[in-house]
Parts: sequence; structure tokens; C-alpha cells
Amino acid sequence: MRRVVITGMGMVSPLACGVEQTWKRLLDGQSGIGPITRFDASRVATTYAAELPLGDGGDATFNPDDWMEPKERRKVDDFILYAMAAAMQAVEDSGWVAETDEQKERTGVMIGSGIGGLSAIADTALLIKEKGPRRVSPFFIPSALINLASGQVSIRFGFKGPNHAVVTACSTGAHAIGDASRLIKYGDADVMVAGGAESPLSEIGVAGFNAARALSTKRGDDPQSASRPWDADRDGFVMGEGAGVVVLEEYEHAKARGAKIYAEVLGYGMSGDAYHITAPAENGDGGYRSMRAALRDAGLTPADVDYINAHGTSTMADTIELGAVERLLGDAAEATTMSSTKSSVGHLLGAAGAVEAIFCVLALRDQIAPPTLNLDTPPEGTRIDLAPHKAVKRKIDVALSNSFGFGGTNASLVLGRGEV
Amino acid sequence: MSDISDRVKKIVVEHLGVEEDKVNENASFIDDLGADSLDTVELVMAFEEEFGIEIPDDAAETIQTFGDAVKFIQDAA
Repeated sequence: MRRVVITGMGMVSPLACGVEQTWKRLLDGQSGIGPITRFDASRVATTYAAELPLGDGGDATFNPDDWMEPKERRKVDDFILYAMAAAMQAVEDSGWVAETDEQKERTGVMIGSGIGGLSAIADTALLIKEKGPRRVSPFFIPSALINLASGQVSIRFGFKGPNHAVVTACSTGAHAIGDASRLIKYGDADVMVAGGAESPLSEIGVAGFNAARALSTKRGDDPQSASRPWDADRDGFVMGEGAGVVVLEEYEHAKARGAKIYAEVLGYGMSGDAYHITAPAENGDGGYRSMRAALRDAGLTPADVDYINAHGTSTMADTIELGAVERLLGDAAEATTMSSTKSSVGHLLGAAGAVEAIFCVLALRDQIAPPTLNLDTPPEGTRIDLAPHKAVKRKIDVALSNSFGFGGTNASLVLGRGEV
Repeated sequence: MSDISDRVKKIVVEHLGVEEDKVNENASFIDDLGADSLDTVELVMAFEEEFGIEIPDDAAETIQTFGDAVKFIQDAA
């Protein structure tokens, strides 16, 4: 069986532009959440979000000019810009340069998004109402289509292998990495650039999730306290934007070119709740079966899991996930650390699973579990260490990352230590 | 007259991200200025917006160069 390893990582997050800068600030307990500046939020119930730190590129700010020329940016919605930035970082980090036709044909892209070009769609609808259909840009459709993130990245690098895109709401990033790994295992490609990107911070995005009663609304006076997974006073998730992309590579391919191997994708599991359009099944069975399938794929037992990066969105569903994890781990719960990095970076929807998989890779590399911020009042009776407030230094040989999405779609990744 | 030419040139420079001195009378949007078919559709829309005119699709297809565009707009305006 072909093995799949991670040899490159890229990230644009509310904490920073860049993987290492984000990781440093995450471990440091910083928050990427603040008042919404991207649009006039005076008409929506939630006035805060996890926006990218825009700037000139200094101090790990995100400067769009560094990643796409202004002329090209007019043809893409922001989620594609973020995907491009994360992909460029990941490819550079991996050192992989596809030069020959065969190398290009053996390198593919699978970057998904939960919603895609929501702003482009909303803006164009308003334009049609105001000025009529003749004014619609020829770039409207290719700017909004979810698979154009993969398309744009493939065009930039000349990657001619499988070109695909996952759309599974908040499970997108995890499904993309899992599915892309399977493509490598199955032999469709030797290298896959995989991940997720999201740009939901517009009035229509916030209004939509507000209407679904999913977002935190009560912490306008202190936004950095709003994302508080498992805490007794949580009141919904905090939406964020960004992208996470990894370079996945067949193990022997990576070894042969002397690539640094950050981690190995040991297992991937999926399940469906078949229960409700937005709420997880109350017994947590979907998440449980997803984790169980991932461990079975990895040939590991629950006791092997050292660190879990939870879906943990800071909603009522946190308790359900916790129950599913406890059921999975049994007595091994005492030796496991689980945290939700959404407490710091917010919920990046379709990018979340990819960003969080990268956090797992870094946890494996640095032997430290990132903290769950704002967890002042943890749930009673759990034996799992939820890493409140502070990062936990500990042995981490195996990490598991959960992502669950609207529609009852669940994905779990099991990652093992690399050779760095 | 030169006013129209300058305004067209400004739009072309902005949309295609090219140097101003490349935009001469005979410069083809596709062959010389790096536009693709979607770029030319957007250019025509920008001309319509700027000059408050309507350029039918069959007429738009005849606008291949900067000179074509200036001439069409002068005749239409």
C-alpha cells in the first residue's frame, strides 16, 4: 500500500499570514477575533468575526498584492485569493517543482470551499437588480465557482493531474485532505495540493448564519471572549476567513527527492448523520463512527490517540462531540488531550479542517497541544484534558482531527509523526 | 477626440494591466495586450459604461484593436 506524507504547508489565518507565525501566536494564546471591519455590520446581529490581518505584508499581515496581481484579483472571489496564497506557501515549503510533463501530470490539486463565492453572487444579484443583466461581468461565474480555487492553482503551477474540489460545508478541508490522500494511495497522482478556503465575511454570510441561529451574538463588548468551546457560557460560533493547504506526497516519492516529511496521513474516516440539516445527531453517533473509521483505516486503537483537534465550534454541539470522543476512548480518555483551536482563529468553515490538520501536524512536530481559549467553566465529569487557556507540552505520536458539517457530514483524519 | 482616446486608453491600461505606451493605434487586445476572450467582453462592457453607449455583440466582435475601439466610440458618441 502506498503511504502518504505531508511535505509542505501553507496558511492564511486570522492570526497571521503564514504557518509558523500563526502557530506561534496560537501557542501564545492570542486571538484572531475582533469587530467586523470588512463590511458595515450595523444591520446584523453579530458584529464580530475572525478577519484576516490585512496589511502591507509586514509582521505577518496579509497583503493581497503578494499573491495575485490586481488585474487577476478582479477575476476571483476572495476565497480563491486565500487559496492561492496558502497553496503558494505550501508548494514553496515543499520544495516540489514539477518540471517534466510526467511530473506535472502526476501532480494534482484538490482545494475545496464550503460556500465559495458568496460575495460575488450577492454583489452580482444586486447589480442585476440595479443595472440589468447586460452589466454582469464575464468573470462572475469563474470567480464564484468553488472548483476554480483548484483551477487557478493548477494554472499558476502547471499541475495537470487530478483537479477536483470538495464541498462538504465545515468538513470540506478535512475531506479534501483525506480524499486527496486516497487519490495518491490509489495511484492517480504522486503529489496532491489539498485543502480548503473560505471567505464568508459579508452581510449575506453573517445574516445567513445568524438566521440559522449558529453564530455567537452576545460578546460585542469583548469579541475575543466569544469563541469558547465547551465553556458553560458559549453562545455560538465565531465565523472566520482564510485558507489552509498542504502538499501531500507519496512516501517514496518524497524520500527520493529528499523532501522534509512533516507527518504521515495514517487514516481517514467519514460518516453521515442522516439526522438533521444543521444539528448533529444528539447521540454523537456520526462523529463517533467517523473517528472509528479513521482509526480502523490507520490500523490503530483509540488508546493510540494522544491529541485530538476537536471540531469544537463553541456551540451546543461541543457537548455532543465530547460525548462521542469519550465513548470512543473509554478509559484511554485520561491520557488524551483535546483542544479546539477555533477558540483562537474562529470557525473558518470550509477551510477549518485543513487549517486544523496543519495544527495537528505542528503539534506532532513540536510535541505540544495548542490551547482552548476562554474555557473558564469546563463541562463537569470529563476525564479528557481540554487544554484550557494554555498549551500543553506532552508526547504526541498520533493526532486526530475532527470536522463536522451542515447536512450531517463528518470527516476525521489520523496523522502520525514525520521525520522532522 | 483625444479625450475619447485617453479615456479608452485608461480603461485598457486598468483592465489589462499593461504599460500605457503599449496601447497604440494598432495594438490588438488579444495578440499584443495579453487579453483573452473574457477580457475583451469585459473591456467592451467598460466602454459602454464609460461612454453611456450600447455596443451590440456583433459590433463588439469587430473591435479588435485600440484603434477600432476609439473609432467605434467616436462614431457612436
